[in-house]
Amino acid sequence: MARSAPTARAARRPWRWEWGSAPWWLRLALPMIAILVTFALASVLIAASGANPLDVFYELLIRPLTRRTSRLEVLVRATPLLLTGVAVAIAFRAGYYNIGAEGQLYAGALAAAFLGPRLGEWAPPAAVAVMLVGGLVAGAAWALLPAVLKVYAKVDEVVTTLLLNSVMLLLVGGLLNGPWRDPVSGWPRSPTIAAAAEFPQVIARSRVHLGFVVALVLVALFWWVLSRTHFGLELRAVGMGATAARFMGVSVRATVLFAALLSGGVAGLAGVGEVAGIHHYLIEGISPDYGYTGIIVATFGGLHALGVAVAAGFLALVDVGSTSASRALGIPAYLGQVVQATLLLVTLAVLLLNRYRPARRSRREERV
Amino acid sequence: MTTTPEPVVSLRSVTKRFGALTALADIDLDVRPGEILALLGENGAGKTTLTKIVYGMYQPDDGELRVGGVPVRLRSPADAIASGIGLVSQHFALVPSLTVAENVVLGREGGALLDRSKIEGAVLATAERYGLDVAPRALVRAMSVGAQQRVEILKALHRDCKLLILDEPTAVLTPQDGERLFATLDGLRERGLAVIIITHKLREVMRVSQRVVVLRHGRVVGERATAGASQAELARMMIGREQLPVESASRRGTPLQRTPLQRTPLQRTPLVEARRLTLRDKRGVTLLDDVSFDLYPGEIVGVAAVAGNGQSELVSVLTGMAQPSAGEVLLSGERVSGLPPAQLARLGVGRVPEDRLEAVVGNLSVRENLTLEHIGAFTRAGHLDGRAMAAEADRLIAEYQVKAKPGDLVRTLSGGNIQKIVLARTLSRKPRFVVVAQPTRGLDVGATAYVHERLLEQRDRNAAVLMVSEDLDEVLRLSDRVLVMYGGRIVGDFAADEVDVGRVGLLMAGEGVAVHG
Amino acid sequence: MEFLIVLAAAALRVATPILLAALGEMLAERAGVLNLGIEGTMLLAAFVGFVAAHQSGSLWVGLAAAIATGALMGTLMALLSVTLGLNQHVSGLGITLLGGGLALYFFRLLYGGASTPPSLGQSFGQLSVLPGTTLAPLLSQYGLTYFALLLVPVLAFVLRRTAFGLRLHASGENPEAVDIAGVNVYRVRYQALVLGGALMGLAGAFLTLAQLGAFTHGVVNGRGWVAIAIVIFGNWRPVRILLGALLFGFVQALQLRLQAEGVALPYEILLALPYLVTILVLALAGRNANYPAALLKPYRREGG
Repeated sequence: MARSAPTARAARRPWRWEWGSAPWWLRLALPMIAILVTFALASVLIAASGANPLDVFYELLIRPLTRRTSRLEVLVRATPLLLTGVAVAIAFRAGYYNIGAEGQLYAGALAAAFLGPRLGEWAPPAAVAVMLVGGLVAGAAWALLPAVLKVYAKVDEVVTTLLLNSVMLLLVGGLLNGPWRDPVSGWPRSPTIAAAAEFPQVIARSRVHLGFVVALVLVALFWWVLSRTHFGLELRAVGMGATAARFMGVSVRATVLFAALLSGGVAGLAGVGEVAGIHHYLIEGISPDYGYTGIIVATFGGLHALGVAVAAGFLALVDVGSTSASRALGIPAYLGQVVQATLLLVTLAVLLLNRYRPARRSRREERV
Repeated sequence: MTTTPEPVVSLRSVTKRFGALTALADIDLDVRPGEILALLGENGAGKTTLTKIVYGMYQPDDGELRVGGVPVRLRSPADAIASGIGLVSQHFALVPSLTVAENVVLGREGGALLDRSKIEGAVLATAERYGLDVAPRALVRAMSVGAQQRVEILKALHRDCKLLILDEPTAVLTPQDGERLFATLDGLRERGLAVIIITHKLREVMRVSQRVVVLRHGRVVGERATAGASQAELARMMIGREQLPVESASRRGTPLQRTPLQRTPLQRTPLVEARRLTLRDKRGVTLLDDVSFDLYPGEIVGVAAVAGNGQSELVSVLTGMAQPSAGEVLLSGERVSGLPPAQLARLGVGRVPEDRLEAVVGNLSVRENLTLEHIGAFTRAGHLDGRAMAAEADRLIAEYQVKAKPGDLVRTLSGGNIQKIVLARTLSRKPRFVVVAQPTRGLDVGATAYVHERLLEQRDRNAAVLMVSEDLDEVLRLSDRVLVMYGGRIVGDFAADEVDVGRVGLLMAGEGVAVHG
Repeated sequence: MEFLIVLAAAALRVATPILLAALGEMLAERAGVLNLGIEGTMLLAAFVGFVAAHQSGSLWVGLAAAIATGALMGTLMALLSVTLGLNQHVSGLGITLLGGGLALYFFRLLYGGASTPPSLGQSFGQLSVLPGTTLAPLLSQYGLTYFALLLVPVLAFVLRRTAFGLRLHASGENPEAVDIAGVNVYRVRYQALVLGGALMGLAGAFLTLAQLGAFTHGVVNGRGWVAIAIVIFGNWRPVRILLGALLFGFVQALQLRLQAEGVALPYEILLALPYLVTILVLALAGRNANYPAALLKPYRREGG
């Protein structure tokens, strides 16, 4: 008794992430509650700035869906969010708190900006494939150091991944203001990528590009790997109970390491998408915090594939809607960011409701 | 001694429920100044719950608590401290990076500013008043467990406690430190303090207490003046049946059906050989000290030891969760120590750990927990064969009578069902060597009998079983051979028919053993 | 010599907000809470301080508003991470995103039409000590800089020599011990987060009310993250944190200087140094870095 208590305590987790284990109706109800609370809070803010919250919510959530261009724009915005959301979810599922998706996204963008202009001679499918692989590798490479430090030296990954975001932004800035600076205009802007390396549009007369399809495929893959493969089961086991997973023969180190690299790679793809699908060159503000928003997407999506997809769509809608609200009602577009951040915090709080279940009974019996 | 002094603390009809479970029922208890009261009971008898109520960490559902004859409500430890109650729990509540004095005055610093020399002087004065040997300026991090415990006691004394409660204080101590603790407690009693010592060790009751209250299943089942009580009587009250180790040893064979152990020639070669296993922790403390033994096919070898004498570490090494610092384990002549758990499982080592929550992932389903250890068998090119997993889960659930559906999350199950899952997963693979620790801890009678049958089954199909249990009765009932561990070493090795329970008990208590280091 | 003194003066200036924020973060972490809300707290406080000063015409009102904002954000972090026991990483990031969003939202709302960023038209001046001597440039600093420097020994004293410091330390190392000693762990952690938030607010105020006299989107620009790095580099001790902040300030000042002199050097490499050094420190120390043992762990009374 005296000896088992410390391990029992280590195994006890004060909070859990996902909606996954709740009954189905709660799984659906909790996100709804989170959204309602978020909008209730937001309406205070909106009212304080002199607008009618209902008008704003209409602009935010409905208006973008009424026109084709803005509907498609939601998909464009959703593309990087799907990818960073999946990236974060992979890592969090393994119990690895990768806060570095932003930096890994830029690593992918950097690779795309480097490779893109050099692929002029290539056939388009091959060039696009090279871009994708390059971004994947670059993102994973940028995730490597924190992952190795975590696995082999037990260095907290949150701080290291976070710090490397800043380093990456400096690196991008250095390149854009140095060797990659546009020699003609003097703008901090990388050379334009070759036409062959551009992601094709997947919907005519829109900015929706191949990256969106890639993102959807990755969401599906995420679901498949997690629920249907050996690796996915090990990943979940490690994230939910590393000691028990190790006991059952899972290599915790290898699993965490691989999950971290995968997470970085997928975030890197988001960067490739923005360069090859939208801008066709690299500039400094290519990601308005998509990496951090990915944490919101993953958390709100309950670390589930479908949840991540819905969350990415929802946040993209709020993004597009806030621009529309800004134009129509003069409400600053930053409302989107406020709503998203509030949603994250409210979601975390609402997840507490998930904590109390009949589940604790067995533990009590043994403890008394 | 003509008048009985007024009790320091009294409990009147105290009841505490956790959900459907009644942890404490209708407890009456008095503790008086100048006495050491032993609270005796098995694990799960409600001792710790009682402590937490007296210390303000739990609120009773019924009944009342009186301090100095006045009914009180203790809503937090702060209230308890203010009422003169001090607790030394099993897990020391110390801050390792602070000094003794800082730890002692924490929460009672005597002003916003911390005058080091003043607090150190005050702490030293308290220590000297009660004859405690503690250096106020020492860092707690650098102290031995016994010394840390003295700091805990000092903390309570420094707050002028009138009642000191010690929860299983010797579980973490060496015998020498234990004896030293008892001497300290004797001193405190002479100075008029009331002391409650919570324990399940009869020897301690006899050594230190004046009065003993026995708890079983959350009820007071007996109270005796220690001087007039016999160990046998107390043990009977504690266990609640006429089943003392000595008797049960003579009754082995019933009710369990077991065949007598007869070694065939094949079984004369050892299956498992542990060779000079040594394990040291990060601080260089030796946890396993030169442990060697052989295990033969078709036998159950039980390890008897008081908690904290290396048996958990032995299990960790054998199950692949810890690397020995020196020595090795051979399975059929091949070295298996240091191999990762996955490989051990593949080589036919079945493992049931001490903390069953360490063997299952609570947030995964029953199906996943039943298959993960041998997931290779349910995988084709990395893809899980859902149908095969489901079939295996259904089969094991039926065969091992697990009361759960394959899709249930394991943490929603009872302890007995979780243990069945671990056993099912492990034993269904017909391991050659089974390591099992605390197989029935916290299980009810039915589940316990079930587990015992399954373990005997392993023996009868010629596996070698090493069983660690803190339930001596269990060890004696199941084992063909008994190893006794003390201080990280094997200090006794008995064949079942030669077991002298008295001798085993002494060895477990470190008596008759040349003390090491 | 003169070059060095000017450089040191600039380093001190640059180091000030980092130092203030890092000291605030140190308080939070000492009590067991990693406050990743630092970046957003600084930005929001910088903004609120600016608005208050702009509207009232008084820098002091602005300063008070910024401190109050920081304390409020600290309270929010405490509500989430202490009372509700939520994951500290994610709630901290949420606060950073929220603080940033609110600041930019209201900035646009209040000053959106203006083509140039509004300026306060005033800012805290620099106080000269020993004018006319060689050291004059070095000792001609903002009041907040002197305050920040003063705070270092003060906090060192508080941590080592006061009951509050003892409780803070114990809450970050073994909250259970604090609870059992009859001290309210939640209260200690709230105090640390609120006080820490106030210091972060002060750091934000320094940027808008002293250094710039204006508010821009990028006014904080990752300084919060640098502060987090410096707390680790400084081993959770005020004096070593000061050292780290000065080192950072020095590198940054040197870089600005070299840039001004036209020396072609990718200054981003220099700016990345504090991050890389911190990662190196972490890598070398591993888990032995003197992280408060209970950092990231919400405290819950067992079974209660």
